[in-house]
Amino acid sequence: MISHLPILPIIIPLLGGIFMLLPGFNHSPMRLRISALTISLTLLVASIALAWYVHTHGAQTYALGNWQSPFGINLYIDRLAALLSVLTAFILICSQVYGCAGEDKQGQYYHPLLMFQVMGIQGAFLTGDIFNLFVFFEVLLIASYALLIHGGGKQKTLANVHYVILNLAGSAFFLFALGILYGTFGTLNMADMQAKTAHLQADNIILAQSGALLLLVVFGLKSAMLPLHFWLPKAYSAAPASVAALFSIMTKVGIYSLWRVHNGVFGDQAGELANIATPWILPFALLTILAGIIAALSSQSLRILTANLVIISVGSLLLMVAINSPEATTAGLYYLLHSTIATAAMFLLAGVIIKLRGKAEDRFVSSRPVNQAALLGLLFFLCAVSLIGMPPLSGFIGKALMLKSALSSEYLLFIWPAILLASLAAMIVLSRAGSTIFWRTKGDKTSSATVHCLELSSIVLLLAGIIGLVVFANSISAFCQLAAENLLAVHDQTSNRFLSVYMEQRHG
Amino acid sequence: MELIYAICVGTLSGAGIYLMLRAQTFPVILGLTLQSYAVNLFLFASGRLSINSATIIGQSGQYADPLPQALVLTAIVIGFAMTAFVLILAMRARADLGNDHVDGEQLHQHKKAKKIVKDRHP
Repeated sequence: MISHLPILPIIIPLLGGIFMLLPGFNHSPMRLRISALTISLTLLVASIALAWYVHTHGAQTYALGNWQSPFGINLYIDRLAALLSVLTAFILICSQVYGCAGEDKQGQYYHPLLMFQVMGIQGAFLTGDIFNLFVFFEVLLIASYALLIHGGGKQKTLANVHYVILNLAGSAFFLFALGILYGTFGTLNMADMQAKTAHLQADNIILAQSGALLLLVVFGLKSAMLPLHFWLPKAYSAAPASVAALFSIMTKVGIYSLWRVHNGVFGDQAGELANIATPWILPFALLTILAGIIAALSSQSLRILTANLVIISVGSLLLMVAINSPEATTAGLYYLLHSTIATAAMFLLAGVIIKLRGKAEDRFVSSRPVNQAALLGLLFFLCAVSLIGMPPLSGFIGKALMLKSALSSEYLLFIWPAILLASLAAMIVLSRAGSTIFWRTKGDKTSSATVHCLELSSIVLLLAGIIGLVVFANSISAFCQLAAENLLAVHDQTSNRFLSVYMEQRHG
Repeated sequence: MELIYAICVGTLSGAGIYLMLRAQTFPVILGLTLQSYAVNLFLFASGRLSINSATIIGQSGQYADPLPQALVLTAIVIGFAMTAFVLILAMRARADLGNDHVDGEQLHQHKKAKKIVKDRHP
């Protein structure tokens, strides 16, 4: 059983999703909810068990169908992948609890689609094969296409048209890049590619370079890097609240792929190909932060504001990718955990505020006072403090780690102002947002809408996650550091055993 | 053979990108389809082009790389699913937004213009 642990985070949501499509669940939302929560709790347990196993026994390679790498597809789970797998399961549970308060009844197949999306995300984190990464990208995308228009409506359809077309174009570029890389490397196994980068023939190097940079375009699109980020605010603000919360981890899949491919495969060991993407990532990361700041300052509603804060956090993470040192990766990883949880909480909170404010929705206009303003205000305050990066919550620790890791970088003079200005801008817009929504009120309360206890508990759960990140900051950052060291070391010893045999066959 | 093949891939992807940059959903979908054809041909060529060689060792003097064929098969299946989805979505957008512009705006402006004309020339 323990030897099959690595595949469980992919298998559980897959089987769970199929199970919930069975006829017995059609007319029984209660049955659906209970089984969905059971499945995702099982998933969380499996992910934590996997992380614990990887932490104590070292990185695991799982050969699918027992076809040995580099010939077969393998899963490769190190601490980085396992940590993100746990994060995904956690966010899934929070979105689901929120969805169970009524959002799941707005359309069909909400729970199975969430499962399929999480299957894609987990697969993308766990796989060790770059074509398999593409396949899991498509799995998570096609589920997200359907989830984005969950409930229907003009706004959602319009946002989805852009989102789908852009991502289909992105998939085509992904395949072009994979074709080029397979043509030059003769393999799609990431560990195998990493071992071969330094030994490419001279006339293949330029091809491999173009393949790697095409991949940068693709991952830039997924993670919303500057010229490719225009889809994000519309898509995230149109999506239902619980789906937007789950989407907050999707940009991180792009960041993770950049880490794996551009800092792993084309990392320091890659000879002439070493760090080829870095000169591109750094300026675009800075511009992403700048564009995010400008867009955040001009946001008209809480959802769009949160989506723009996602862009700012993506820019900060891209800076950490560009610095590419163990400290920067550690800091980036910690900040990734924090920003995913904090933005998910903010999206859920925006959903609650829309429900309570009636016509004014989450726009920054004066309206009638909301019910339970003190409770919501407190939650908003906690979310805002952690998103801005003020002490004592996790945003502060994440940003402090990032600033510290940038000290050794030669671009210090660009990185510090960008991160600090982003915090300042977030502080300005979030305080304006909070004071408009909760204080600029007129008239009497009319609506009797209140927060559903499930909605409340999902937000509290996420905030507990943020507080957990602070309380256990030391051990979590130590884990992140080990994960970063794993990533930057040549990461799969098992494939090297087969490498020599493979090379002989290919050239013999 | 390489030259003809390269020209085919180039033409298909060029036409695909041209159509993808159009403003109506139908040409965009056609563009995506052409692009996926180009991708499939390109992937197929990544295992090097060869004639009269089987993908099984020992069946012919030279053997072809079987992996690109498996990759193309996967890409075709995924491409079909995605094209089907985007077609349905485009029809839905046509119904929801009342037009087939990718930004959903054109008809709105068109209606406005009509209204202005009507107001001026009753």
